Amino acid sequence: MANTLAEKVWDAHVVRKGDGDGANAQPDLLYIDLHLVHEVTSPQAFEGLRLAGRTLRRPDLTIATEDHNTPTLDIDKPIADLTSRTQIQTLRNNCAEFGVRLHSLGDAEQGIVHVVGPQLGLTQPGMTVVCGDSHTSTHGAFGALAMGIGTSEVEHVMATQTLSLKPFKTMAINVEGTLKPGVTAKDIILAVIAKIGTGGGQGYVLEYRGSAIRALSMEARMTICNMSIEAGARAGLVAPDETTYAYMKGRPHAPEGADWDAAVQYWNTLRSDDDAVFDAEVDLDADTLEPFVTWGTNPGQGVSLSDKVPSPNDFGDENAKAAAERALQYMGLEAGTRMKDIRVDTVFLGSCTNSRIEDLRAAADVIRGREKDPKVRMLVVPGSARVRLEAEAEGLDRVFKDFGAEWRFAGCSMCLGMNPDQLEPGERCASTSNRNFEGRQGKGGRTHLVSPVVAAATAVRGTLSSPSDLDPAPESAALQTTDAA
Amino acid sequence: MEKFTTHTGIGVPLRQSNVDTDQIIPAVYLKRITRTGFEDALFSAWRKDPAFILNQAPFNAGSVLVAGPDFGTGSSREHAVWALKDYGFKTVLSSRFADIFRGNSGKQGLLAAEVAQDDIELIWKTLENAPGTEVTVDLVSKTVICGNLVAPFTIDDYTRWRLLEGLDDIGLTLKHEEDITAYEATRPAFKPKTLPAKLS
Repeated sequence: MANTLAEKVWDAHVVRKGDGDGANAQPDLLYIDLHLVHEVTSPQAFEGLRLAGRTLRRPDLTIATEDHNTPTLDIDKPIADLTSRTQIQTLRNNCAEFGVRLHSLGDAEQGIVHVVGPQLGLTQPGMTVVCGDSHTSTHGAFGALAMGIGTSEVEHVMATQTLSLKPFKTMAINVEGTLKPGVTAKDIILAVIAKIGTGGGQGYVLEYRGSAIRALSMEARMTICNMSIEAGARAGLVAPDETTYAYMKGRPHAPEGADWDAAVQYWNTLRSDDDAVFDAEVDLDADTLEPFVTWGTNPGQGVSLSDKVPSPNDFGDENAKAAAERALQYMGLEAGTRMKDIRVDTVFLGSCTNSRIEDLRAAADVIRGREKDPKVRMLVVPGSARVRLEAEAEGLDRVFKDFGAEWRFAGCSMCLGMNPDQLEPGERCASTSNRNFEGRQGKGGRTHLVSPVVAAATAVRGTLSSPSDLDPAPESAALQTTDAA
Repeated sequence: MEKFTTHTGIGVPLRQSNVDTDQIIPAVYLKRITRTGFEDALFSAWRKDPAFILNQAPFNAGSVLVAGPDFGTGSSREHAVWALKDYGFKTVLSSRFADIFRGNSGKQGLLAAEVAQDDIELIWKTLENAPGTEVTVDLVSKTVICGNLVAPFTIDDYTRWRLLEGLDDIGLTLKHEEDITAYEATRPAFKPKTLPAKLS
């Protein structure tokens, strides 16, 4: 029978088929290949194990890192916030007690859990990956079935290395064509969410397909899969290919020698069969796509950057209309305002969506040789300590510092208001993160979701901008003068 | 987990779509390491507004939350379910729930009942016209009763059964421990292990 990629990965992990129909029919029990753990959603799960006298079944398939609570400045000092410090210390105690590998603040492998897994080569095609974090969908970029879970499920995986999962539906997201310069993976996923809505992917595993997806790097595919949850999807994935293998090869935990050959042979089977049928299909034209940006308070409330803030009356559905009214009020925006006329206070380059080395390079390329709008503050937060080291080896830190941006240590930072990096009430931010919810980046903070290159161009002009809005950089301007002479 | 068969309590109309988990409980409250005591955190930003529904009697004593579509979107934080339960909610009605929130609810004995949006609108009207009206949510017959309205709701059979019986998931799975061990013996050698740690 023809199967989709997601179905193949699912079938390869069934420990026990469900009991079939009937009121108490148990769903399929699936084996979990990799369990990622962080400090926020794990303490109650470890406590649950302790109270029930249970052990953690497979410490060798589990890895923990500190990311949500960690400060991005003064990381050599004790964490100032006492509750944050306690939560981090609790993770350290729990990992020591249950034998879990932990990369703590200050360690070269510490960082956002969804940056660390792939970087160590622990995320591989065809795996099942879970974490008590909704952005676990990121790992789907490798052709893994990767899902965010709640704390009860975290405890379940710790105790059994399995999860009972309800069957899913499959949706193909076909993106054909070639992206224009300055248009990125972030714009693809923001456009997908605007098209299908925040509930459009509910119950589905999305498979991103088509020539535009095949042309993307692993970092870019991770950006897209990362935000599958913002469309309400259970997971999102991309079939592995040579790009995937090239990224994996030589990473610390990638297979070696005969294991590598056996793995590649298996990975090559991980694609949807030509005659596989998806439960739903959505098409997106890459050729005509423009930089995309959100205007509202959920990730589906987005438009092209060259567009205007919509009016609530543009929405037929009463709930969508009411949501738009509320969003405009919260965001302090008037319908009809050109998106490019919106002035921001802060630019945040970071988060599990866009904090990998390629994201930093792309932003650095935009700002190199330019000056930051002096009224804008810019935070650059690498996704992991390793990314930070890599960026420094390439001199990217100097580019950001010369520009006037703050160069920080790795962590979730301003993506969510759990650590010192937060917006003030009313403060407006162009952010490369994934959620523009009310108060997400700090109480009363206003978030516009953007790509790294739009973030960079916005920091130059002070208003939401794409790189094509910038005057030629001084360096290239000088070259042009020479040419003219 | 406590058994859930039927519940009757004051209905709270929350006329809003896309109530994400950052609204249900802001991240700042996730620093706690306990599983209880989150009642103060529920909708904490909105509760600062005196006009917010939970600041109005008799809604502040409500136990049945009636929300717009796409309830519980965003973060996987189970704290959202703990906060709703700690405040006193036993059940949430919505025409559409985010998958992770729905899953978390099932694990914690909070009934996430999917009710057609047309019926949600009728319930909203009843609750607004007669504040304090009680809503009955019967898991046995999968129906919601509010005033003259008797409406069906949907929930997957497995979650319903576990709620009715009050069963612990981990205990159920560990009955199949032999299957797990058998599966483990078949895993390919190339699958990665986190231990011993290999570094860059």
